[in-house]
Amino acid sequence: MIYNIEFETLPREALEAIQFRRLKTVLERAYAMVPFYRRKFQEAGITPADVKTLNDLQRLPFTTKKDLRDNYPFGMFAVPMDNVVRIHASSGTTGQPTVVGYTARDIASWSELMARALSAGGAGRGDIIHNAYGYGLFTGGLGIHYGAERLGASVIPISGGNTRRQVLIMKDFGPTILTCTPSYALHLAEVAQEAAIDFKELRFRAGIFGAEPWSERMREEIERKLHLSAVDIYGLSEVMGPGVSVECQEAKKGLHVFEDHFIPEIINPETGEVLPYGETGELVFTSITKEAFPVIRYRTRDISALNPEPCICGRTHVRMNRISGRTDDMLIIRGVNVFPSQIESVLMEIEEVEPHYQLMVDRVGNLDSLTVMVEVGEHAFSDEVRILQELEKKIAKNIKEFLGVSAKVKLVEPKTIARSEGKAQRVIDNRKL
Amino acid sequence: MRVEQISVFLENKAGRLAEVTRILSEAGVNIRALSLADTSDFGILRLIVNDNNKAKEALKQHGFTVGKTDVVAVEVEDRPGGLHKILDSLFHANVNVEYMYAFVQQSGSNAVIIFRFDNLDEAVKVLQANGVTVIEAEKLYAI
Repeated sequence: MIYNIEFETLPREALEAIQFRRLKTVLERAYAMVPFYRRKFQEAGITPADVKTLNDLQRLPFTTKKDLRDNYPFGMFAVPMDNVVRIHASSGTTGQPTVVGYTARDIASWSELMARALSAGGAGRGDIIHNAYGYGLFTGGLGIHYGAERLGASVIPISGGNTRRQVLIMKDFGPTILTCTPSYALHLAEVAQEAAIDFKELRFRAGIFGAEPWSERMREEIERKLHLSAVDIYGLSEVMGPGVSVECQEAKKGLHVFEDHFIPEIINPETGEVLPYGETGELVFTSITKEAFPVIRYRTRDISALNPEPCICGRTHVRMNRISGRTDDMLIIRGVNVFPSQIESVLMEIEEVEPHYQLMVDRVGNLDSLTVMVEVGEHAFSDEVRILQELEKKIAKNIKEFLGVSAKVKLVEPKTIARSEGKAQRVIDNRKL
Repeated sequence: MRVEQISVFLENKAGRLAEVTRILSEAGVNIRALSLADTSDFGILRLIVNDNNKAKEALKQHGFTVGKTDVVAVEVEDRPGGLHKILDSLFHANVNVEYMYAFVQQSGSNAVIIFRFDNLDEAVKVLQANGVTVIEAEKLYAI
């Protein structure tokens, strides 16, 4: 179901007209109210008046996580504190937390976007939403909560933790929609099993999962174990929180970015150059309706690509691919940008192999060499040398085709790739630069 | 007519073969025949053992990738031309040998060779039509 049929199905031209009008307003406010933006614009020799088309957005400087930290806690706010009704903050596990604020109108827009997202994920009036995202400074819990209320659904604000009790509530209250992180969904499945509660007997129909990267394989596992249809939701507190983009139940192929509120771009993380639709790079967002905390060309460090093709659901908003990694993981091999997640995608497409792999980069003479180590499981194994060598060649050929970089493929025994806390160490860079 | 062979994926590094023989020895499995095919980075160890399931379980438990393949054990006369006669008849019948290796012990006065064919049924038919003795699995394990 499309929650806001008018705005979610706008023809491209009308959408761009709205984007441009809103962009101008936000640029003027940021320039006038936030010293950081004014200084950055001045350094780049540009003023909001110089932005005459949507394309001129590309001339504006980027905003980074570091910029937000440097202005901790409220330095990036574009309204007086009198107008700020809510404050959230990122966890700050990788440094100082970043603090974001919302006006009453921001909360209203966010609720609307979350209502759209929940609706795209299959929820509606009459549904009971089991919301196991954490409530608190983290945007997940409250973001979903407000959207659920706006939608007219009943929300169980269970938050995270106390999983045994959650499972009992699921049994007794009969929620129909589950919202949490994908890893917590799988944890719920395990705990339910221990408590002898069968998800088949529960009433769940759909799940809206996000706040961490996950894969198509994980979706299959969740759908199988929880007996519901799972979609991906994306957001980050710096841009708003959950509800920046979401998959629709109809296609489940890429997340619609709510383009009447956010302008997405994909850039080459090395050069900052804007990449055309379809190419993989770093996702950048400009928020065009936020009052308290607008961000101009915010670099998310998330890797994705944009797909403008029309979707069967009827939404006209561009879709972003599910997040496949972080720019922090990027390798440059003989001048080519390589993301470990791209290698993973190549491996996923080869039926016999499992995505257990490790990349080793060496410098031989002056040349980088990339070795991709792939574990041989029972599907891939053969008693014939020829077949295994053909598999090595096929992997190397696909990597060359998709990434444009030559790699040596080495088959290794299962479990030889070190796994720490369930996460594999994907890259060993032996280059001494 | 089929004999079950197990195969094990090995990385080409020190101690891996010894690890396999250690596991099999601890599991009380007797190796009847083996061959190792290798490239610069990996090897495939093929084994005929007295208890396939026990061997497979033990190796899998230790994290090895193990496969099972049907092969054919053939008696070869222990005299010049003995093997040639067999290969020649297969060649004329257009049956490909993927690989072969010798069994450790003899069956009476004949040698035993393990063959892996691309088309096992066809190969057995050709061998029998040419008067070659194909050894049954039970008999082979008992040699």
